[in-house]
Amino acid sequence: MVRIVGILVGLGFVGALLISLVSGLITYISEPAVETAEHAFHLHPKEVHFASDGPTGHFDRQQLQRGFKVYREVCSACHSMRLVAFRDLEALGYSEAEVKAIATQWPVPSPSINPDTGEAATRPSVPADRIPPPYPNEVASRAANNNALPPDLSLISKSRHGGAAYIYSLLTGYRDPATYRNEEGEALPAESQPGQGLHFNPYFANLNIAMAPPLTSTGQVTYADGTTSTVDQMARDVSAFLVWTAEPKLESRHSTGIAVMIFLLIFTGLAWMAYRNIWAGVKH
Amino acid sequence: MSFPWAEQYKPKHPLMQWVDDRLPVPRLVYNAVGAGYPVPRNLNFFWNFGVLAGAALAVQIITGIVLAMSYAANAGVAFDSVERIMRDVNSGWLLRYAHANGASMFFIVVYLHIFRGLYYGSYKAPREMVWLLGLVIYLLMMATAFMGYVLPWGQMSFWGAKVITGLFSAIPLVGEPIQVWLLGGFAPDNAALNRFFSLHYLLPFVIAGVIVLHIWALHIPGSNNPTGIEVKGPQDTVPFHPYYTAKDGFGLGVFLLVFAALIFFAPNFLGHPDNYIPANPLSTPAHIVPEWYFWPFYAILRAFTVDILFVPAKLMGVLAMFSAILLLFFLPWLDRSPVRSSNYRPIYKKFFWFGLIPTVLALGYLGGAPAEEPYVMLSQFFAAYYFAHFLIIIPIISRIERPLPMPGSITDAVLKGQSGSTISTSTQTAQTAPAA
Repeated sequence: MVRIVGILVGLGFVGALLISLVSGLITYISEPAVETAEHAFHLHPKEVHFASDGPTGHFDRQQLQRGFKVYREVCSACHSMRLVAFRDLEALGYSEAEVKAIATQWPVPSPSINPDTGEAATRPSVPADRIPPPYPNEVASRAANNNALPPDLSLISKSRHGGAAYIYSLLTGYRDPATYRNEEGEALPAESQPGQGLHFNPYFANLNIAMAPPLTSTGQVTYADGTTSTVDQMARDVSAFLVWTAEPKLESRHSTGIAVMIFLLIFTGLAWMAYRNIWAGVKH
Repeated sequence: MSFPWAEQYKPKHPLMQWVDDRLPVPRLVYNAVGAGYPVPRNLNFFWNFGVLAGAALAVQIITGIVLAMSYAANAGVAFDSVERIMRDVNSGWLLRYAHANGASMFFIVVYLHIFRGLYYGSYKAPREMVWLLGLVIYLLMMATAFMGYVLPWGQMSFWGAKVITGLFSAIPLVGEPIQVWLLGGFAPDNAALNRFFSLHYLLPFVIAGVIVLHIWALHIPGSNNPTGIEVKGPQDTVPFHPYYTAKDGFGLGVFLLVFAALIFFAPNFLGHPDNYIPANPLSTPAHIVPEWYFWPFYAILRAFTVDILFVPAKLMGVLAMFSAILLLFFLPWLDRSPVRSSNYRPIYKKFFWFGLIPTVLALGYLGGAPAEEPYVMLSQFFAAYYFAHFLIIIPIISRIERPLPMPGSITDAVLKGQSGSTISTSTQTAQTAPAA
């Protein structure tokens, strides 16, 4: 009885699936899928190496400080960093006094209340504060950015496929839509040309991004360590910095991991020998 | 509940004698997972996964309880409370990554455990109850994992909850009210998040309870073995401790090595980047996909694309997805072959390695792929095979198959080197067996 019902149910599902399959096949043949411009022009992130890559990866603190400077002087005009506190910057190699100075001199003050009247007010930031956002809310953010919302950057390198390589590729990937040719030598079709306020970037999934090229010329940011701030260097540095903002515990994760793996290898080796020893006299 | 030759618990210390006379818990443990449980001597490494699944559950409960001390189940702050765990709680990143990847490890070992049962016929008489309870555990795990994935309240949490509860809206007439009732609203929000957290905390303990029943039911007939031949005498068995505790100790080491490699060096490999974006009901992700362990079922769900008569495609997809699991409850009665181990079932074995395994792997890949051609057509093909395998092919095989000659007993097989205790000696499976 179970088998008869089973075979009937099975035939039902198989039949319905085969009907779906045949109908899908007919559609597939009669109306071949047209390759979209996104498909033809979208590029995967460039190959780029960061110090934090790999199981022994660590942060290059000089680079993180340079990347932080790029964030502060360029990105932070539009992008918030709401999960990172000023005190966290000590991990970049800044001293307590330097962190305090960074906090008090931050271009945007922290929101507060007037202690006498209770009205909304502002005050200079202290190290315990999270980095204050450039706009008070989403409406203000969109109003200032042609109705586009600049995403918060705290987790950006973990919330995009490709991670830091994607950010680096995007920052260095702006192209002139009029002269751009893809690998097949095709020009961007008219309907995919960037609209009002959009900018062509083949590393962006939609091809056209609302963010104007943020890094444009050598020397846009003056590095304290004397490194030449080419666009490529700035993009690399800020991408490395954004790995840190998304995963500040990466170094202790890697070093703990190495110790744990060594411990487990020894444990597993001993467990293997114990197993072989106990079973030595038993044919199995 | 054991073989007559099982070793008896004899308390050595007067205190243990005192305890044994009043509450014989040490005796229970001794008989369940100690020297008092005789086990076939020829179990191979595929028999490690039951213990490993128990270890995975323990890891999940321990890390989960500690995470719950810092997590806030409120739609307004849930995402930030998880990030606070990652940044400001001592070793919080380790706890959270262990819990998130622990779910994946739990499913990996349970899937291997299930396929062990399918290959060696562990679901057959007299172990049907073990199989049925195992499937109950699996269903509870799926519910727990789904609700746990909602808790960080990222984009995939929110949209996953919306899609999965949306499955209930496919039920005719009462579907929409059921979905609203389940969520406590018209879309996932605070009410849904709170009840998911409550149930996510409850269900692991229910799982632990069903595991007790699962092991109890297993100990009535005793463990199956690679030959599928029942234990005939003391020479066929060894005591669980120290023989299988030692073997499981090595298995646990390998399990922990893989687990640690994931936690420390690729913690987000099995996750989805979109879940690091806070939940936003106004922005739908380009591709909504569940966690990898649901992909085969997600592929089956999406494979139904044509309405047939009065049955909408969505309803058929939902029915098929649930049937894909429910049919396993009937497997002991669909497969009437008296031979358990596939090593002696030439036809079943071919369909297992060249039919079922590639199908499940393909469905897993297709469930994670975007819903476009040719993926949908391939899903339809493999989903059709999946149902045909269990509901049509297995009943037919069990009727027509002529099993290979079998050894007289486990010891007989061991002495001939055909016990199946090592993968390489189990005849032709050596090339196709996964390196697990």
